[in-house]
Amino acid sequence: MTGKFNRRDVLKAGTALAATGLFAEPLRAAAPPAEAVTPALIEAAKKEGKVVHYTSVDLPLAEKVAKAFEAKYPGIAVRVERTGAERIFTRIGQEQQSRIYACDVVQSSDAAHFVVWKRDGLLLPYVPEDVAQHYPAEHKDADGLFASYRVYLCIMARNTDLVKPEDAPKGFRDLLDPKWAGKIVKAHPGYSGTILTATFQTARDVGWDYYEKLAKQRIMQLQSASDPPKKLALGERAIMADGIEYGIFQLKETGKPVDPIYAVEGSPMIIGPNGILKSAPNPNAAKLLQNFMLSAECQQFNVEFGGLRSAHKLVKDKPGRKPLSEIKVMKDDAAAVERDSEQIKVRYTQYFKV
Amino acid sequence: MTIAISEQAPRRKHGFDYTKTVLYGFAAALVLLIVLPMSWLVYYAFVDKTGAFTIGNFYTLFSDPAFQEPLVTTFVLATSTSLICCLVAAPMGWLVARTDMPLRRTVRLMVTASFVTPPFLGAIAWELLAAPNSGLLNKLARSAFGLESDEHIFNIYSFPGLIFVIACYTFPYVFVLVANALDRMPGDLEDASSILGGGTWQTAKRITIPLVLPALLAGALVAFLQAMTLFGSPAILALPAGFHTMTTKIWSLFQYPPKPELAAAASLPLLILTVILLRAEHMILGRRSYSVIGGKNSDPRIIQLGGLTWLALGFCFVVLLCPVLLPYGALLNASFSRIATTPIWFDNFTFHNLYFVFFELSATKLALYNTFVLGIATATLGTILAVVISYLTTRQAVTGHRALGFLATAPVAIPGIVLGVGLFLSYTQMPLAVSYVCKSISGVPCDTFASAFQLYGTKWILLLAFLTLGLPAAYQQMQSAFRAIHPELEDASRILGATRLRALWQITAPLLRTSVIATWCFVFVGTIRELSAAIMLFTSETKVISVLIFDLNESGDLAAISVLGIIMLVVTFGIVALANRLRIGGSPVQIRNA
Repeated sequence: MTGKFNRRDVLKAGTALAATGLFAEPLRAAAPPAEAVTPALIEAAKKEGKVVHYTSVDLPLAEKVAKAFEAKYPGIAVRVERTGAERIFTRIGQEQQSRIYACDVVQSSDAAHFVVWKRDGLLLPYVPEDVAQHYPAEHKDADGLFASYRVYLCIMARNTDLVKPEDAPKGFRDLLDPKWAGKIVKAHPGYSGTILTATFQTARDVGWDYYEKLAKQRIMQLQSASDPPKKLALGERAIMADGIEYGIFQLKETGKPVDPIYAVEGSPMIIGPNGILKSAPNPNAAKLLQNFMLSAECQQFNVEFGGLRSAHKLVKDKPGRKPLSEIKVMKDDAAAVERDSEQIKVRYTQYFKV
Repeated sequence: MTIAISEQAPRRKHGFDYTKTVLYGFAAALVLLIVLPMSWLVYYAFVDKTGAFTIGNFYTLFSDPAFQEPLVTTFVLATSTSLICCLVAAPMGWLVARTDMPLRRTVRLMVTASFVTPPFLGAIAWELLAAPNSGLLNKLARSAFGLESDEHIFNIYSFPGLIFVIACYTFPYVFVLVANALDRMPGDLEDASSILGGGTWQTAKRITIPLVLPALLAGALVAFLQAMTLFGSPAILALPAGFHTMTTKIWSLFQYPPKPELAAAASLPLLILTVILLRAEHMILGRRSYSVIGGKNSDPRIIQLGGLTWLALGFCFVVLLCPVLLPYGALLNASFSRIATTPIWFDNFTFHNLYFVFFELSATKLALYNTFVLGIATATLGTILAVVISYLTTRQAVTGHRALGFLATAPVAIPGIVLGVGLFLSYTQMPLAVSYVCKSISGVPCDTFASAFQLYGTKWILLLAFLTLGLPAAYQQMQSAFRAIHPELEDASRILGATRLRALWQITAPLLRTSVIATWCFVFVGTIRELSAAIMLFTSETKVISVLIFDLNESGDLAAISVLGIIMLVVTFGIVALANRLRIGGSPVQIRNA
């Protein structure tokens, strides 16, 4: 690790310049009271007329949610800015440093980013009613800065035309068999928050030597975790070593030849929180969007259409999908990912060359 | 009536000649445009994270295998691309310029098409065609030859695959140079050879080939340069294959945590090598002037192909399949197919992709808007700059015109990604630097003043980048246009009492109209496809189409890319067609690779 130049410094430089030393962050003891959607809020949001949403959710799903919001609140246009979570993190850092305030609501598949943003005081405290009433404590920030917008697994999968169920690998170590050389697709932790989080959990529970050996399997290296399911469905590769579970669900349920594999070692758990930036140029529209995205309505839509899972207590699973309770799941640990992220990326690049 | 008289005439009653002011103004603008980002680049390359002087960045660059490998890869890539381009483009250029092959105009047109196709778009189209398992060509081959489900003929995600795709969109540079040299070569030298008893092959060996060799060599250098500095295609094809080139490595250094010092250090070798190669090209092409000393007295000799006609035509067809016919077909197919790599048939034809791009993808509108605003602004400003500078240099209006000409051509030596890094470093650090200097001089914080230098995050920084990259081609165009107009006409106007600017406006401007429009069009086309500088400089509010396409590629949304790509191609061809109708015998236009 470089030590001198880390996440904190980049952001600190920006905020320090902006604040010119006037307002030090007061310590908050607890979350602010929950807020309902009032006609006044809707009115104020409509005056702003737009809201900018940075997200790493797979683009078609993110745009569908945006369109649902626009349908519910006509007159407020949502612009979805989708890229990999690690790019979003870099981008927000650069923008804050240069005092560019473009983003209203941010969604990242790397929960560690919210640890950093919270520490650096970038997030606005805001608790939608749904979050206060229906989200378990582990899925909302104690200070009311963010809550889990989406829960899903990072899984393995097979193309059902190319791999028979009985031949399919059962776990990560099976992928090291020479017969899979040149047939595996995976995404990159330098781009994707899903994969960074998954790499941390897999390296912890399975071992780094798994990655060292996997790198010799002539894998197809993609960037985004939402790309491997698509390449798998095209038949470009037979096996997906990592990628988004919700992408596989979407493709499978529309008749594409893919099937999830839940590794015997466990599947990495990914939690993607949503938060509002303090510097949001459209703060009212931001609150409205945050409210909408965490509502039962949107969460249920995410489950039905998007293949995601939800932390919202009223949201029901879609029948036919394996419930989380029946899957061996690895434990998420955002603080540890935050601590190790640079090291993970460096090590990964050493093994995989890109 | 000579130029000297009007030049040396004492200042008349019409008073102040603005030329000098204009010269210094433009010189200052150019210095700002070029020297500023390059200075920051050099500064960053030689400091460490604390700002102390070091050469450690270069030590890392040349000793760390993570950098050595991309260096070697890039060198091999550029050399092979250059070689392939010459092998393909030289015979084609000859066929088109010197034989009676039918459809010669069509072939030239198709080469122009591959010339203006954004290379990153070509790379994505080739993913659709030749991905080892899902690629259309491999599927076809499997069903035609009965191969196993995981056997393939082409693998675009490989080093040879990357070389192939880059060569597809680089060979036009060689083609244009060779074909032009052959077009311009006077026929009487070859006539003399035949009159003296030389056969066709001897004439070719002793006269034609030596005369065209400099152009070919220069083409080879340009191709090398293009392949070396290209960003889009390697980013799309090399990363899945598991290797880096220098440009993708530089770009990856800005991923979290960013290492701007290393990126700056890695940019410098690209910059220096480009300068050297362009110098070499200039020397090689400069020598050509004495070889065509005979002037253009007779038309080039046309060789009858006879029975070889079909072979020649077949060769051209096969070559043009690669950059134009197949990729365009693949993009069209993916635009209207439910599954990007399944051929369109009744059961999978869909308009959903069009609907998605225009009505669901919320980034489309802004990106299109940004692209057109920037394209129009860059083309307009670039053309104005080019007109004024080339006037000052061709008419040798003032002392120092040579320096101005040099400054206007200099950006040719700056690869897009290097300029992107330079501008990024300049304009993200400028506000801090200005604020610091200002505070230490005046003693009060002057953040408001400093924030005026905050160009990062605005369209201005992209405009600066595109303007810098577009200027050399615009300048070359306008310069040759000015040379074609004899100064007598302006002199007459000035003798009759007009100021220099008035003479320019009333006499020269109408004569130049078509060249100006053509220049505008080509700067526009070059701008809307720029990726390598834009990828370093965009923010969410200033995203352009090329960057949007690149983003979509990373998440695998191939159908949306195809639709956007087709839009881009249609706009490009519209503009190119307009320019071609208007251009009257101008020199070939150089459009940068993105």
